[in-house]
Amino acid sequence: MKDKRLVIYAVISVVLLLSPLFLNAYWVDVLNNVGLYTILALSLNIILGHAGLFHMGHAAFYALGAYTTAIINTTYHIPILWLLPVSGLVAGLAALVVARPIIHLRGDYLLIVTIGFVEIVRIALVNNVFGITGGSNGIFGINRPILFGWKINKPWEFFYLIWGFAAVTIFLFNRLENSRFGRALNFLREDDVAAEGSGINTAHYKLIAFVIGAFWAGMVGNIFAAKMTIIAPESFNFWESVVLFMIVLLGGRGSIRGVILGAFLVLGLPEIFRQFATARMLIFGAFMVAMMIFRTEGILPPLPRKYPIAKMLGREGSA
Amino acid sequence: MTTLLSLKNLTKRFGGLVAVDHVNFDVEAGAIVGLIGPNGAGKTTVFNLITGNYRPDEGDVIFDNQSIKTLPTHKIVSLGIARTFQTIRLFHKLAAIENVLAGCHCRMQSGSLAAMFRTPTQRREEHQALQTALKELEFVGLQSQADQLAENLSYGNQRLLEIARALATQPRFIILDEPAGGMNNQETAALIQTIRNIRDRGITVLLIEHDMSLVMEACEQLVVIENGAKIAEGDPQAIQSDPKVIEAYLGTDEE
Ligand SMILES: Nc1ncnc2c1ncn2[C@@H]1O[C@H](COP(=O)(O)OP(=O)(O)OP(=O)(O)O)[C@@H](O)[C@H]1O
Ligand SMILES: [Mg+2]
Repeated sequence: MKDKRLVIYAVISVVLLLSPLFLNAYWVDVLNNVGLYTILALSLNIILGHAGLFHMGHAAFYALGAYTTAIINTTYHIPILWLLPVSGLVAGLAALVVARPIIHLRGDYLLIVTIGFVEIVRIALVNNVFGITGGSNGIFGINRPILFGWKINKPWEFFYLIWGFAAVTIFLFNRLENSRFGRALNFLREDDVAAEGSGINTAHYKLIAFVIGAFWAGMVGNIFAAKMTIIAPESFNFWESVVLFMIVLLGGRGSIRGVILGAFLVLGLPEIFRQFATARMLIFGAFMVAMMIFRTEGILPPLPRKYPIAKMLGREGSA
Repeated sequence: MTTLLSLKNLTKRFGGLVAVDHVNFDVEAGAIVGLIGPNGAGKTTVFNLITGNYRPDEGDVIFDNQSIKTLPTHKIVSLGIARTFQTIRLFHKLAAIENVLAGCHCRMQSGSLAAMFRTPTQRREEHQALQTALKELEFVGLQSQADQLAENLSYGNQRLLEIARALATQPRFIILDEPAGGMNNQETAALIQTIRNIRDRGITVLLIEHDMSLVMEACEQLVVIENGAKIAEGDPQAIQSDPKVIEAYLGTDEE
Protein backbone atom coordinates (compact mmCIF):
# COMPACT_ATOMS: atom_id res chain seq x y z
CA MET A 1 0.00 0.00 0.00
CA LYS A 2 2.69 2.43 1.05
CA ASP A 3 5.02 1.21 -1.70
CA LYS A 4 2.31 1.66 -4.30
CA ARG A 5 1.84 5.23 -3.16
CA LEU A 6 5.57 5.94 -3.37
CA VAL A 7 5.65 4.54 -6.91
CA ILE A 8 2.79 6.83 -7.93
CA TYR A 9 4.53 9.86 -6.39
CA ALA A 10 7.78 8.96 -8.16
CA VAL A 11 6.10 8.54 -11.55
CA ILE A 12 4.23 11.84 -11.22
CA SER A 13 7.43 13.63 -10.17
CA VAL A 14 9.42 12.24 -13.10
CA VAL A 15 6.69 13.09 -15.63
CA LEU A 16 6.46 16.59 -14.19
CA LEU A 17 10.24 16.99 -14.22
CA LEU A 18 10.43 16.00 -17.90
CA SER A 19 7.30 17.85 -19.02
CA PRO A 20 9.11 20.95 -20.39
CA LEU A 21 10.71 18.60 -22.94
CA PHE A 22 7.41 17.77 -24.59
CA LEU A 23 5.18 20.73 -23.74
CA ASN A 24 5.12 24.00 -25.62
CA ALA A 25 5.85 27.33 -23.92
CA TYR A 26 2.18 28.01 -23.26
CA TRP A 27 1.64 24.82 -21.30
CA VAL A 28 4.92 25.18 -19.47
CA ASP A 29 3.70 28.57 -18.36
CA VAL A 30 0.43 27.04 -17.19
CA LEU A 31 2.48 24.60 -15.12
CA ASN A 32 4.49 27.52 -13.76
CA ASN A 33 1.30 29.12 -12.52
CA VAL A 34 0.19 25.82 -11.05
CA GLY A 35 3.56 25.68 -9.28
CA LEU A 36 3.24 29.16 -7.84
CA TYR A 37 -0.27 28.43 -6.64
CA THR A 38 0.85 25.11 -5.23
CA ILE A 39 3.41 26.86 -3.02
CA LEU A 40 0.95 29.60 -2.10
CA ALA A 41 -1.74 27.09 -1.23
CA LEU A 42 0.73 25.00 0.78
CA SER A 43 1.56 28.10 2.79
CA LEU A 44 -2.13 28.85 3.29
CA ASN A 45 -2.60 25.22 4.25
CA ILE A 46 -0.56 25.79 7.40
CA ILE A 47 -2.99 28.49 8.50
CA LEU A 48 -6.26 27.20 7.09
CA GLY A 49 -5.63 23.47 6.89
CA HIS A 50 -3.55 22.75 9.95
CA ALA A 51 -4.55 25.49 12.36
CA GLY A 52 -8.12 25.68 11.02
CA LEU A 53 -8.07 29.48 10.85
CA PHE A 54 -10.45 30.83 8.21
CA HIS A 55 -8.03 33.18 6.53
CA MET A 56 -9.20 34.53 3.17
CA GLY A 57 -6.65 37.30 2.83
CA HIS A 58 -3.59 35.34 1.78
CA ALA A 59 -3.16 37.32 -1.44
CA ALA A 60 -2.22 40.31 0.72
CA PHE A 61 0.96 38.61 1.94
CA TYR A 62 1.71 37.49 -1.60
CA ALA A 63 1.30 41.11 -2.73
CA LEU A 64 3.56 42.44 0.02
CA GLY A 65 6.29 40.04 -1.04
CA ALA A 66 5.94 40.89 -4.72
CA TYR A 67 5.93 44.64 -4.12
CA THR A 68 8.86 44.42 -1.70
CA THR A 69 10.93 42.73 -4.39
CA ALA A 70 9.67 45.02 -7.15
CA ILE A 71 10.35 48.24 -5.26
CA ILE A 72 13.78 47.30 -3.93
CA ASN A 73 14.88 45.73 -7.20
CA THR A 74 13.80 48.62 -9.43
CA THR A 75 15.21 51.33 -7.14
CA TYR A 76 18.41 49.72 -5.80
CA HIS A 77 18.96 46.97 -8.41
CA ILE A 78 19.57 44.35 -5.78
CA PRO A 79 19.45 40.90 -7.43
CA ILE A 80 16.05 39.23 -7.29
CA LEU A 81 16.99 36.08 -5.43
CA TRP A 82 18.73 38.03 -2.67
CA LEU A 83 15.39 39.63 -2.08
CA LEU A 84 13.67 36.27 -1.63
CA PRO A 85 14.18 36.22 2.16
CA VAL A 86 13.55 39.97 2.37
CA SER A 87 10.14 39.57 0.75
CA GLY A 88 9.41 36.71 3.13
CA LEU A 89 10.42 38.80 6.12
CA VAL A 90 8.29 41.78 5.14
CA ALA A 91 5.23 39.58 4.66
CA GLY A 92 5.98 37.67 7.86
CA LEU A 93 6.32 40.87 9.86
CA ALA A 94 3.07 42.17 8.40
CA ALA A 95 1.40 38.95 9.54
CA LEU A 96 2.83 39.39 13.01
CA VAL A 97 1.35 42.88 13.25
CA VAL A 98 -1.97 42.16 11.57
CA ALA A 99 -2.70 38.75 13.04
CA ARG A 100 -1.98 39.54 16.69
CA PRO A 101 -5.19 41.49 17.38
CA ILE A 102 -7.43 39.23 15.27
CA ILE A 103 -6.07 35.84 16.28
CA HIS A 104 -8.76 35.22 18.89
CA LEU A 105 -11.56 35.71 16.37
CA ARG A 106 -13.40 32.57 15.42
CA GLY A 107 -14.52 31.15 12.09
CA ASP A 108 -16.60 33.55 10.06
CA TYR A 109 -15.46 36.62 12.01
CA LEU A 110 -11.86 35.95 11.09
CA LEU A 111 -12.95 35.33 7.50
CA ILE A 112 -14.50 38.78 7.23
CA VAL A 113 -11.57 40.57 8.84
CA THR A 114 -9.04 38.86 6.55
CA ILE A 115 -11.14 39.69 3.49
CA GLY A 116 -11.05 43.29 4.70
CA PHE A 117 -7.28 43.08 5.05
CA VAL A 118 -6.67 41.91 1.48
CA GLU A 119 -8.93 44.68 0.17
CA ILE A 120 -7.15 47.33 2.24
CA VAL A 121 -3.79 46.21 0.87
CA ARG A 122 -5.08 46.26 -2.72
CA ILE A 123 -6.66 49.69 -2.35
CA ALA A 124 -3.49 51.02 -0.72
CA LEU A 125 -1.51 49.75 -3.72
CA VAL A 126 -3.95 51.31 -6.19
CA ASN A 127 -3.75 54.63 -4.35
CA ASN A 128 0.01 54.56 -4.53
CA VAL A 129 0.70 54.79 -0.80
CA PHE A 130 3.98 56.50 0.08
CA GLY A 131 4.30 57.14 -3.67
CA ILE A 132 6.25 53.92 -4.18
CA THR A 133 3.74 51.37 -5.47
CA GLY A 134 3.06 52.92 -8.87
CA GLY A 135 -0.71 53.11 -8.36
CA SER A 136 -2.97 51.04 -10.58
CA ASN A 137 -0.29 50.80 -13.28
CA GLY A 138 1.93 48.99 -10.86
CA ILE A 139 5.69 48.60 -11.19
CA PHE A 140 7.54 47.48 -14.30
CA GLY A 141 11.10 46.78 -15.26
CA ILE A 142 11.70 44.17 -12.60
CA ASN A 143 14.86 42.12 -13.28
CA ARG A 144 14.98 38.43 -14.06
CA PRO A 145 16.46 36.21 -11.36
CA ILE A 146 20.02 34.95 -11.79
CA LEU A 147 20.80 31.58 -10.26
CA PHE A 148 24.49 30.58 -10.10
CA GLY A 149 25.22 32.92 -12.99
CA TRP A 150 22.36 31.53 -15.08
CA LYS A 151 19.78 34.12 -16.06
CA ILE A 152 16.28 32.73 -15.70
CA ASN A 153 14.26 33.99 -18.60
CA LYS A 154 12.32 31.40 -20.56
CA PRO A 155 9.26 29.56 -19.27
CA TRP A 156 11.15 26.26 -18.95
CA GLU A 157 13.83 27.98 -16.89
CA PHE A 158 11.19 29.40 -14.58
CA PHE A 159 9.63 25.96 -14.50
CA TYR A 160 12.67 24.48 -12.79
CA LEU A 161 13.06 27.45 -10.44
CA ILE A 162 9.41 27.34 -9.38
CA TRP A 163 9.10 23.59 -9.06
CA GLY A 164 12.48 23.40 -7.33
CA PHE A 165 11.14 25.86 -4.79
CA ALA A 166 7.95 23.81 -4.56
CA ALA A 167 9.99 20.66 -3.87
CA VAL A 168 11.91 22.37 -1.06
CA THR A 169 8.63 23.67 0.35
CA ILE A 170 7.04 20.23 0.28
CA PHE A 171 10.09 18.71 1.95
CA LEU A 172 10.19 21.30 4.75
CA PHE A 173 6.44 21.48 5.29
CA ASN A 174 6.21 17.73 5.49
CA ARG A 175 8.71 17.82 8.34
CA LEU A 176 6.85 20.70 9.92
CA GLU A 177 3.61 18.72 9.82
CA ASN A 178 5.16 15.75 11.54
CA SER A 179 6.48 17.61 14.54
CA ARG A 180 5.48 19.13 17.84
CA PHE A 181 4.63 22.29 15.92
CA GLY A 182 2.37 20.57 13.40
CA ARG A 183 0.61 18.57 16.06
CA ALA A 184 0.01 21.70 18.16
CA LEU A 185 -1.76 23.33 15.21
CA ASN A 186 -3.98 20.28 14.78
CA PHE A 187 -4.79 20.15 18.48
CA LEU A 188 -5.94 23.75 18.56
CA ARG A 189 -7.91 23.24 15.35
CA GLU A 190 -9.71 20.22 16.82
CA ASP A 191 -10.43 21.78 20.22
CA ASP A 192 -9.00 25.09 21.29
CA VAL A 193 -9.97 24.69 24.95
CA ALA A 194 -8.61 21.17 25.25
CA ALA A 195 -5.36 22.23 23.56
CA GLU A 196 -4.84 25.15 25.91
CA GLY A 197 -5.84 22.91 28.82
CA SER A 198 -3.17 20.42 27.74
CA GLY A 199 -0.55 23.12 28.06
CA ILE A 200 -0.39 24.48 24.51
CA ASN A 201 -0.04 28.23 24.07
CA THR A 202 -2.75 28.37 21.44
CA ALA A 203 -2.54 32.11 20.73
CA HIS A 204 1.19 31.82 20.11
CA TYR A 205 0.82 28.90 17.72
CA LYS A 206 -1.93 30.59 15.74
CA LEU A 207 0.32 33.61 15.37
CA ILE A 208 3.33 31.55 14.28
CA ALA A 209 1.15 29.68 11.77
CA PHE A 210 0.21 33.04 10.27
CA VAL A 211 3.81 34.23 10.21
CA ILE A 212 5.16 31.10 8.52
CA GLY A 213 2.32 31.06 6.00
CA ALA A 214 2.83 34.74 5.22
CA PHE A 215 6.61 34.37 5.01
CA TRP A 216 6.23 31.73 2.34
CA ALA A 217 3.58 33.66 0.45
CA GLY A 218 5.94 36.65 0.47
CA MET A 219 8.68 34.52 -1.07
CA VAL A 220 6.31 33.32 -3.79
CA GLY A 221 5.56 37.01 -4.43
CA ASN A 222 9.25 37.52 -5.10
CA ILE A 223 9.35 34.83 -7.78
CA PHE A 224 6.08 36.03 -9.27
CA ALA A 225 7.45 39.58 -9.60
CA ALA A 226 10.55 38.31 -11.38
CA LYS A 227 8.52 36.05 -13.65
CA MET A 228 6.15 38.84 -14.74
CA THR A 229 8.71 41.71 -14.63
CA ILE A 230 5.63 43.89 -14.18
CA ILE A 231 3.19 43.74 -11.31
CA ALA A 232 -0.04 45.57 -10.63
CA PRO A 233 -2.61 45.54 -7.81
CA GLU A 234 -5.03 43.52 -9.95
CA SER A 235 -2.85 40.40 -9.56
CA PHE A 236 -3.54 40.38 -5.83
CA ASN A 237 -7.25 40.94 -5.53
CA PHE A 238 -9.74 39.19 -3.32
CA TRP A 239 -10.41 36.56 -6.00
CA GLU A 240 -6.83 35.26 -5.71
CA SER A 241 -7.44 34.68 -2.01
CA VAL A 242 -10.65 32.83 -2.82
CA VAL A 243 -8.85 30.62 -5.35
CA LEU A 244 -6.22 29.70 -2.75
CA PHE A 245 -8.89 29.02 -0.15
CA MET A 246 -10.67 26.82 -2.68
CA ILE A 247 -7.53 24.85 -3.51
CA VAL A 248 -6.98 23.95 0.14
CA LEU A 249 -10.62 23.01 0.81
CA LEU A 250 -10.97 21.07 -2.42
CA GLY A 251 -7.67 19.22 -2.15
CA GLY A 252 -7.90 18.40 1.53
CA ARG A 253 -7.26 20.55 4.57
CA GLY A 254 -3.93 19.70 6.15
CA SER A 255 -2.91 17.41 3.31
CA ILE A 256 0.14 18.31 1.21
CA ARG A 257 -0.68 15.88 -1.58
CA GLY A 258 -4.29 17.06 -1.52
CA VAL A 259 -3.26 20.70 -1.86
CA ILE A 260 -0.97 19.90 -4.79
CA LEU A 261 -3.78 18.05 -6.54
CA GLY A 262 -6.11 20.92 -5.70
CA ALA A 263 -3.77 23.41 -7.39
CA PHE A 264 -3.63 21.26 -10.53
CA LEU A 265 -7.40 20.94 -10.65
CA VAL A 266 -8.31 24.54 -9.87
CA LEU A 267 -5.75 26.04 -12.26
CA GLY A 268 -5.34 23.21 -14.74
CA LEU A 269 -8.92 22.13 -15.48
CA PRO A 270 -10.15 25.54 -16.68
CA GLU A 271 -7.16 25.59 -19.07
CA ILE A 272 -7.86 22.12 -20.41
CA PHE A 273 -11.52 22.96 -21.04
CA ARG A 274 -10.74 26.33 -22.51
CA GLN A 275 -12.57 25.57 -25.77
CA PHE A 276 -15.83 25.30 -23.88
CA ALA A 277 -15.40 28.96 -23.04
CA THR A 278 -18.03 30.11 -20.55
CA ALA A 279 -19.45 26.68 -19.82
CA ARG A 280 -16.17 25.60 -18.25
CA MET A 281 -16.66 27.82 -15.22
CA LEU A 282 -20.18 26.46 -14.81
CA ILE A 283 -18.96 22.88 -14.92
CA PHE A 284 -16.17 23.76 -12.57
CA GLY A 285 -18.59 25.38 -10.13
CA ALA A 286 -20.88 22.35 -10.22
CA PHE A 287 -17.89 20.12 -9.54
CA MET A 288 -16.94 22.23 -6.52
CA VAL A 289 -20.46 22.06 -5.12
CA ALA A 290 -20.59 18.29 -5.59
CA MET A 291 -17.25 17.97 -3.81
CA MET A 292 -18.39 19.99 -0.84
CA ILE A 293 -21.44 17.76 -0.49
CA PHE A 294 -19.95 14.34 -1.10
CA ARG A 295 -16.36 14.71 0.07
CA THR A 296 -16.32 17.34 2.77
CA GLU A 297 -12.78 16.40 3.81
CA GLY A 298 -11.46 17.21 0.35
CA ILE A 299 -10.32 14.89 -2.43
CA LEU A 300 -7.21 13.62 -0.66
CA PRO A 301 -7.62 14.14 3.08
CA PRO A 302 -4.47 13.90 5.23
CA LEU A 303 -3.20 10.48 6.17
CA PRO A 304 -2.76 9.84 9.90
CA ARG A 305 0.74 10.54 11.20
CA LYS A 306 2.91 7.48 11.60
CA TYR A 307 4.68 6.73 14.84
CA PRO A 308 7.11 3.84 15.37
CA ILE A 309 4.92 2.47 18.16
CA ALA A 310 5.36 -1.19 17.36
CA LYS A 311 9.12 -0.76 17.06
CA MET A 312 9.39 1.03 20.38
CA LEU A 313 7.25 -1.50 22.20
CA GLY A 314 9.23 -4.34 20.63
CA ARG A 315 12.52 -2.84 21.78
CA GLU A 316 11.18 -2.40 25.29
CA GLY A 317 10.00 -5.99 25.34
CA SER A 318 13.38 -7.40 24.34
CA ALA A 319 15.35 -5.17 26.74
CA MET B 1 1.92 18.46 55.48
CA THR B 2 2.26 21.31 53.07
CA THR B 3 -0.59 23.03 51.31
CA LEU B 4 -0.36 22.68 47.54
CA LEU B 5 -3.51 24.49 46.49
CA SER B 6 -5.45 27.07 48.38
CA LEU B 7 -8.69 28.74 47.31
CA LYS B 8 -9.28 32.05 49.05
CA ASN B 9 -12.75 33.59 48.99
CA LEU B 10 -13.12 32.41 45.41
CA THR B 11 -16.16 33.98 43.76
CA LYS B 12 -17.55 33.81 40.24
CA ARG B 13 -20.75 35.41 38.99
CA PHE B 14 -22.53 34.80 35.72
CA GLY B 15 -24.83 37.79 35.40
CA GLY B 16 -27.07 37.63 38.43
CA LEU B 17 -26.11 34.05 39.28
CA VAL B 18 -23.39 33.50 41.88
CA ALA B 19 -21.95 30.24 40.58
CA VAL B 20 -19.12 30.18 43.13
CA ASP B 21 -19.68 32.07 46.33
CA HIS B 22 -16.68 32.91 48.55
CA VAL B 23 -15.29 29.40 48.58
CA ASN B 24 -12.31 28.65 50.79
CA PHE B 25 -10.46 25.38 51.03
CA ASP B 26 -6.96 23.93 50.97
CA VAL B 27 -5.61 20.82 49.32
CA GLU B 28 -2.64 19.20 51.04
CA ALA B 29 0.17 17.83 48.92
CA GLY B 30 -0.20 14.09 48.42
CA ALA B 31 -3.90 13.94 49.22
CA ILE B 32 -6.89 12.65 47.28
CA VAL B 33 -9.66 15.19 47.78
CA GLY B 34 -13.22 15.03 46.52
CA LEU B 35 -15.30 18.05 45.58
CA ILE B 36 -18.97 17.09 45.72
CA GLY B 37 -22.34 18.75 45.58
CA PRO B 38 -25.65 18.57 43.74
CA ASN B 39 -26.01 19.37 40.02
CA GLY B 40 -25.32 22.98 39.28
CA ALA B 41 -23.60 23.54 42.63
CA GLY B 42 -20.63 25.19 40.96
CA LYS B 43 -18.06 22.38 41.06
CA THR B 44 -16.98 22.58 37.44
CA THR B 45 -16.85 26.35 37.73
CA VAL B 46 -14.37 25.97 40.61
CA PHE B 47 -12.21 23.82 38.32
CA ASN B 48 -12.43 26.36 35.54
CA LEU B 49 -11.32 29.05 37.97
CA ILE B 50 -8.33 26.98 39.06
CA THR B 51 -7.20 26.33 35.49
CA GLY B 52 -7.72 29.88 34.28
CA ASN B 53 -10.59 29.08 31.92
CA TYR B 54 -12.62 31.60 33.92
CA ARG B 55 -11.31 34.57 35.90
CA PRO B 56 -12.55 34.98 39.48
CA ASP B 57 -14.59 38.07 40.30
CA GLU B 58 -13.24 37.97 43.84
CA GLY B 59 -10.71 35.95 45.74
CA ASP B 60 -7.56 34.16 44.73
CA VAL B 61 -6.13 30.82 43.70
CA ILE B 62 -2.80 30.03 45.33
CA PHE B 63 -0.79 27.15 43.91
CA ASP B 64 2.51 26.29 45.52
CA ASN B 65 2.57 29.65 47.33
CA GLN B 66 1.98 31.61 44.12
CA SER B 67 -1.16 33.35 42.92
CA ILE B 68 -2.19 31.90 39.57
CA LYS B 69 -5.47 33.70 39.07
CA THR B 70 -4.19 35.93 36.27
CA LEU B 71 -2.06 33.36 34.44
CA PRO B 72 -3.13 31.93 31.09
CA THR B 73 -4.24 28.31 31.12
CA HIS B 74 -1.19 26.89 29.35
CA LYS B 75 1.09 28.57 31.93
CA ILE B 76 -0.92 27.04 34.74
CA VAL B 77 -0.49 23.65 33.10
CA SER B 78 3.25 24.09 32.83
CA LEU B 79 3.37 25.07 36.52
CA GLY B 80 2.02 21.59 37.21
CA ILE B 81 -1.78 21.57 37.21
CA ALA B 82 -3.41 19.14 34.80
CA ARG B 83 -7.11 18.52 34.27
CA THR B 84 -9.73 16.41 32.59
CA PHE B 85 -13.10 17.65 31.39
CA GLN B 86 -16.59 16.69 32.49
CA THR B 87 -17.74 16.54 28.88
CA ILE B 88 -14.92 14.57 27.30
CA ARG B 89 -12.73 16.89 25.25
CA LEU B 90 -10.40 14.67 23.32
CA PHE B 91 -9.02 15.36 19.87
CA HIS B 92 -11.49 12.90 18.39
CA LYS B 93 -10.08 12.64 14.89
CA LEU B 94 -6.54 11.97 16.12
CA ALA B 95 -4.98 8.76 17.38
CA ALA B 96 -4.87 7.99 21.11
CA ILE B 97 -1.08 8.35 21.10
CA GLU B 98 -1.33 11.83 19.58
CA ASN B 99 -3.83 12.87 22.22
CA VAL B 100 -1.27 11.95 24.85
CA LEU B 101 1.49 13.71 22.90
CA ALA B 102 -0.58 16.88 23.32
CA GLY B 103 0.14 16.57 27.02
CA CYS B 104 3.87 16.09 26.36
CA HIS B 105 3.95 19.36 24.43
CA CYS B 106 4.56 21.67 27.39
CA ARG B 107 7.63 19.70 28.48
CA MET B 108 9.23 19.97 25.03
CA GLN B 109 11.18 22.81 23.44
CA SER B 110 11.57 22.29 19.69
CA GLY B 111 9.95 24.90 17.51
CA SER B 112 9.16 25.18 13.84
CA LEU B 113 12.74 25.72 12.66
CA ALA B 114 14.06 22.75 14.60
CA ALA B 115 11.29 20.69 12.99
CA MET B 116 12.13 21.82 9.44
CA PHE B 117 15.82 21.12 9.89
CA ARG B 118 15.15 18.06 12.02
CA THR B 119 17.97 18.82 14.42
CA PRO B 120 19.39 16.03 16.59
CA THR B 121 17.87 17.66 19.68
CA GLN B 122 14.48 17.74 18.01
CA ARG B 123 14.67 14.08 17.05
CA ARG B 124 15.75 13.05 20.51
CA GLU B 125 12.94 15.05 22.02
CA GLU B 126 10.36 13.49 19.69
CA HIS B 127 11.61 10.04 20.63
CA GLN B 128 11.43 10.82 24.33
CA ALA B 129 7.95 12.30 24.03
CA LEU B 130 6.75 9.19 22.25
CA GLN B 131 8.20 7.07 25.05
CA THR B 132 6.48 9.20 27.69
CA ALA B 133 3.20 9.02 25.81
CA LEU B 134 3.38 5.24 25.53
CA LYS B 135 4.24 4.98 29.21
CA GLU B 136 1.20 7.05 30.18
CA LEU B 137 -1.03 4.99 27.92
CA GLU B 138 0.29 1.88 29.61
CA PHE B 139 -0.35 3.46 33.01
CA VAL B 140 -4.07 3.80 32.26
CA GLY B 141 -4.14 0.46 30.43
CA LEU B 142 -4.60 1.71 26.89
CA GLN B 143 -1.24 0.82 25.39
CA SER B 144 -2.75 -1.69 22.99
CA GLN B 145 -5.00 1.02 21.53
CA ALA B 146 -2.28 3.59 20.93
CA ASP B 147 -2.98 3.95 17.22
CA GLN B 148 -6.79 3.93 17.46
CA LEU B 149 -8.62 7.16 16.78
CA ALA B 150 -9.81 8.67 20.06
CA GLU B 151 -13.40 8.67 18.82
CA ASN B 152 -13.29 4.89 18.34
CA LEU B 153 -12.49 4.18 21.99
CA SER B 154 -15.24 3.17 24.40
CA TYR B 155 -16.64 5.87 26.62
CA GLY B 156 -14.79 4.62 29.68
CA ASN B 157 -11.54 4.38 27.74
CA GLN B 158 -11.98 7.93 26.46
CA ARG B 159 -12.07 9.07 30.09
CA LEU B 160 -8.87 7.12 30.74
CA LEU B 161 -7.27 8.65 27.66
CA GLU B 162 -8.01 12.11 29.00
CA ILE B 163 -6.29 11.12 32.23
CA ALA B 164 -3.27 9.86 30.28
CA ARG B 165 -3.10 13.14 28.36
CA ALA B 166 -3.25 15.07 31.64
CA LEU B 167 -0.54 12.91 33.19
CA ALA B 168 1.72 13.46 30.19
CA THR B 169 2.04 17.11 31.22
CA GLN B 170 3.96 15.78 34.26
CA PRO B 171 1.72 17.52 36.77
CA ARG B 172 2.11 17.85 40.52
CA PHE B 173 -1.63 18.29 40.85
CA ILE B 174 -4.36 16.72 38.76
CA ILE B 175 -8.02 17.68 38.79
CA LEU B 176 -10.54 15.19 37.44
CA ASP B 177 -14.07 16.28 36.57
CA GLU B 178 -16.37 13.27 36.96
CA PRO B 179 -13.80 10.69 35.84
CA ALA B 180 -16.24 7.81 36.38
CA GLY B 181 -19.04 9.44 34.39
CA GLY B 182 -20.38 6.81 31.99
CA MET B 183 -18.25 4.00 33.41
CA ASN B 184 -19.66 0.63 34.51
CA ASN B 185 -18.93 -0.82 37.97
CA GLN B 186 -15.93 -2.79 36.83
CA GLU B 187 -14.40 0.21 35.11
CA THR B 188 -15.09 2.36 38.16
CA ALA B 189 -13.34 -0.13 40.44
CA ALA B 190 -10.28 -0.09 38.16
CA LEU B 191 -10.43 3.71 38.09
CA ILE B 192 -10.23 3.86 41.88
CA GLN B 193 -7.01 1.87 41.69
CA THR B 194 -5.69 4.13 38.93
CA ILE B 195 -6.43 7.21 41.05
CA ARG B 196 -4.50 5.67 43.93
CA ASN B 197 -1.62 4.87 41.61
CA ILE B 198 -1.59 8.48 40.46
CA ARG B 199 -1.30 9.62 44.05
CA ASP B 200 1.45 7.08 44.66
CA ARG B 201 3.43 8.77 41.90
CA GLY B 202 3.43 11.85 44.13
CA ILE B 203 0.63 13.64 42.29
CA THR B 204 -2.05 15.31 44.39
CA VAL B 205 -5.60 14.57 43.22
CA LEU B 206 -8.73 16.71 43.38
CA LEU B 207 -11.81 15.15 41.83
CA ILE B 208 -15.46 15.91 41.23
CA GLU B 209 -17.66 12.85 41.29
CA HIS B 210 -21.31 11.92 41.62
CA ASP B 211 -20.56 8.22 42.12
CA MET B 212 -20.62 8.05 45.95
CA SER B 213 -19.01 4.63 46.14
CA LEU B 214 -15.98 6.02 44.34
CA VAL B 215 -15.88 9.17 46.43
CA MET B 216 -16.17 7.31 49.72
CA GLU B 217 -13.60 4.72 48.75
CA ALA B 218 -10.99 6.85 47.04
CA CYS B 219 -11.05 10.20 48.80
CA GLU B 220 -9.46 11.01 52.11
CA GLN B 221 -11.06 14.39 52.39
CA LEU B 222 -14.25 15.88 50.96
CA VAL B 223 -15.43 19.39 50.28
CA VAL B 224 -19.16 19.87 49.77
CA ILE B 225 -20.59 22.85 47.95
CA GLU B 226 -24.18 23.82 47.33
CA ASN B 227 -25.41 26.82 45.37
CA GLY B 228 -21.82 27.92 44.96
CA ALA B 229 -21.01 28.00 48.68
CA LYS B 230 -19.05 25.52 50.76
CA ILE B 231 -21.33 23.86 53.28
CA ALA B 232 -19.08 21.18 54.73
CA GLU B 233 -15.56 19.80 54.74
CA GLY B 234 -14.02 16.74 56.34
CA ASP B 235 -13.27 13.04 55.98
CA PRO B 236 -15.84 10.85 54.19
CA GLN B 237 -17.28 9.39 57.42
CA ALA B 238 -17.89 12.80 58.92
CA ILE B 239 -19.40 14.12 55.70
CA GLN B 240 -21.73 11.13 55.39
CA SER B 241 -23.24 11.86 58.78
CA ASP B 242 -23.27 15.65 58.49
CA PRO B 243 -26.93 16.70 58.70
CA LYS B 244 -26.38 19.70 56.45
CA VAL B 245 -24.89 17.51 53.74
CA ILE B 246 -27.62 14.91 54.09
CA GLU B 247 -30.23 17.56 53.69
CA ALA B 248 -28.59 19.46 50.86
CA TYR B 249 -27.03 16.70 48.89
CA LEU B 250 -27.59 13.10 49.82
CA GLY B 251 -31.22 13.80 50.67
CA THR B 252 -32.05 15.24 47.30
CA ASP B 253 -30.04 12.74 45.31
CA GLU B 254 -31.61 9.41 44.40
CA GLU B 255 -28.35 7.51 44.30
N1 LIG C 1 -20.27 29.89 31.21
C1 LIG C 1 -21.38 30.00 32.00
N2 LIG C 1 -22.26 30.99 31.77
C2 LIG C 1 -23.37 31.11 32.54
N3 LIG C 1 -23.68 30.28 33.54
C3 LIG C 1 -22.84 29.27 33.81
C4 LIG C 1 -21.64 29.07 33.04
N4 LIG C 1 -21.00 27.99 33.53
C5 LIG C 1 -21.76 27.54 34.54
N5 LIG C 1 -22.86 28.29 34.72
C6 LIG C 1 -23.88 28.11 35.75
O1 LIG C 1 -23.23 28.07 36.99
C7 LIG C 1 -23.82 27.09 37.84
C8 LIG C 1 -22.79 26.12 38.28
O2 LIG C 1 -22.42 25.32 37.19
P1 LIG C 1 -21.33 24.19 37.25
O3 LIG C 1 -21.15 23.64 35.90
O4 LIG C 1 -20.12 24.70 37.93
O5 LIG C 1 -22.05 23.11 38.17
P2 LIG C 1 -21.57 21.67 38.61
O6 LIG C 1 -21.53 21.65 40.09
O7 LIG C 1 -20.34 21.28 37.90
O8 LIG C 1 -22.80 20.80 38.13
P3 LIG C 1 -22.84 19.32 37.51
O9 LIG C 1 -22.77 18.39 38.66
O10 LIG C 1 -24.15 19.26 36.83
O11 LIG C 1 -21.70 19.20 36.58
C9 LIG C 1 -24.97 26.47 37.04
O12 LIG C 1 -26.16 27.10 37.42
C10 LIG C 1 -24.62 26.78 35.63
O13 LIG C 1 -25.77 26.91 34.84
MG1 LIG D 1 -19.85 19.92 36.49
